[in-house]
Amino acid sequence: MKKFITTLLAVGISAALAGCGGTSPTENVTAQTVSTDGSTSMEKVIGYLSEAYMSENSGTKITYNPTGSGAGIQAVSEGRCDIGLSSRDLKPEEAETLDSEVIAIDGIAMIVNPQNPVSDLTIEQIGKLYKGEIVNWSEVGGSDAPVVLIGREAASGTRDGFESITETEDACKYTQELTSTGDVVQTVSSNPNAIGYASLASVKDSVKLLSVEGVTPTTETIQNGTYKIQRNFVFVTPKNKELSEAAQSFMDYALSVAADEMIEKAGAVPVKR
Amino acid sequence: MKNLKKSIDVPEKAMNAVFALCGFLAVAFVLVITVFLVISGIPAIGKIGITDFLFGTTWASTAAQPQYGILPFILTSVLGTAGAIVIGVPIGLMCAVYLAKMSVGKSTAVVRTAVDLLSGIPSVVYGLLGMIIIVPLVREIFDLPDGANLFSAIIVLAVMILPSVISVSETAIKAVPKEYEEASLALGATKTETVFKVVLPAAKSGILTAVVLGIGRAIGEAMAVMMVAGNVANMPKLFQSVRFLTTAVASEMSYSSGLQRQALFSIALVLFVFIMIINLILNFVVKRGDSNE
Repeated sequence: MKKFITTLLAVGISAALAGCGGTSPTENVTAQTVSTDGSTSMEKVIGYLSEAYMSENSGTKITYNPTGSGAGIQAVSEGRCDIGLSSRDLKPEEAETLDSEVIAIDGIAMIVNPQNPVSDLTIEQIGKLYKGEIVNWSEVGGSDAPVVLIGREAASGTRDGFESITETEDACKYTQELTSTGDVVQTVSSNPNAIGYASLASVKDSVKLLSVEGVTPTTETIQNGTYKIQRNFVFVTPKNKELSEAAQSFMDYALSVAADEMIEKAGAVPVKR
Repeated sequence: MKNLKKSIDVPEKAMNAVFALCGFLAVAFVLVITVFLVISGIPAIGKIGITDFLFGTTWASTAAQPQYGILPFILTSVLGTAGAIVIGVPIGLMCAVYLAKMSVGKSTAVVRTAVDLLSGIPSVVYGLLGMIIIVPLVREIFDLPDGANLFSAIIVLAVMILPSVISVSETAIKAVPKEYEEASLALGATKTETVFKVVLPAAKSGILTAVVLGIGRAIGEAMAVMMVAGNVANMPKLFQSVRFLTTAVASEMSYSSGLQRQALFSIALVLFVFIMIINLILNFVVKRGDSNE
């Protein structure tokens, strides 16, 4: 019993100590905070942008709350954050009270094994492949072999983007759900019957890049919109309210040429100016 | 003289306190982890309903109508572990017999060094090798569309449990009194008969401990199986992509939110309960072995 009490005390004391750590005012009082809230797919882009921005503007702190595009738009319209992050364009009724600015484009490349003779698919064919309606490569002009569908884990932003564009939400019959883009590329490169999707920036020579509806994904075709499997990363701001100085400055930075490098590093395509 | 004793006494007492503190620290960690897992794992089970959670066959955590059934994960973990034991234990056991009874001189040293090295290899390396060698090999040998499945995971796990099975059962075999063996040989039994009929039965409780340790290692492994099992939440079939309890937590934790996140903690709680049960069995086996002697 005595031992038990001692342990409880130890646990209690450590908990109390941890509590103190949390409340001690370590932040600079004059620091400005820019809060962003929204799309989980934009995590990397926001991460790179805010890190670069904060290293130059030490007085500003940028926070990011990964809640999803819908929740982010909701939050900015209710004034709970400075900038809402959305990986889809605003709906007309949302656009009545909110402004949007595209900061980057997410291009999702379709990849197959280099041995696969298929080099072009339509979005409809891709949707049917992933829904399990086409199960043999011969149905889309390939050799007589079963289709192996490689995808990402349920919470991935790339999967979310891919499934919404190909209209296969919650209907994909994946053979493998992998947790990183690198794993997808590696698996597709080692299985002759595999097809997968990945951010354009992470595609390597070990796999074959498919054109979609006749258009090969490149920075250019993504920027001019001819490559279809893409979506916008959008900053959402309220129409009726001025942004705080810090938020405006961060937004200006995100839209500047200087940010392009960071956006590319994060695996997205910068907007054409 | 008295002073000298005092001056020794002070650091002695201080060190005693430090040792005791470190001892209790371990207890504190276990308690904190248990309490944390129970507190964060219970709410989701309550919301989903314990039967829907434990016996639901569909896991679709991000669907418009989310479903949180973890039966596929539980069965996969159980079957994957069982498969690893079925393949890994006989190999490990015979390796232990070789090390303890058959090998001589240099070959003992070589095998033992290899086993030690095997236990030091990080699990991500096992996963990587599995992904690059075993998965394509399984695909080709069994003529499957894809090689990332339960079978590949079992192979990787079987290799991973070898070191613990070998070292524990070797110790157990060496502890068998030499007289047993000599008596058996003197009665005209061959060396093989002696090993299977006398030595192994005599080392039974130690070997059981090795098996239970192997189970613990296999059921808790996440990284390696994540890379070879395919991670689709199917009900387990030998040649189908499957998801284990561990990988279910690991693959979604970084992005999850709300009920999905709570459900992941609940999966962790289920896994924790499994490991606790295995530890209890281990304690029981070891105790029974002691009382036999």
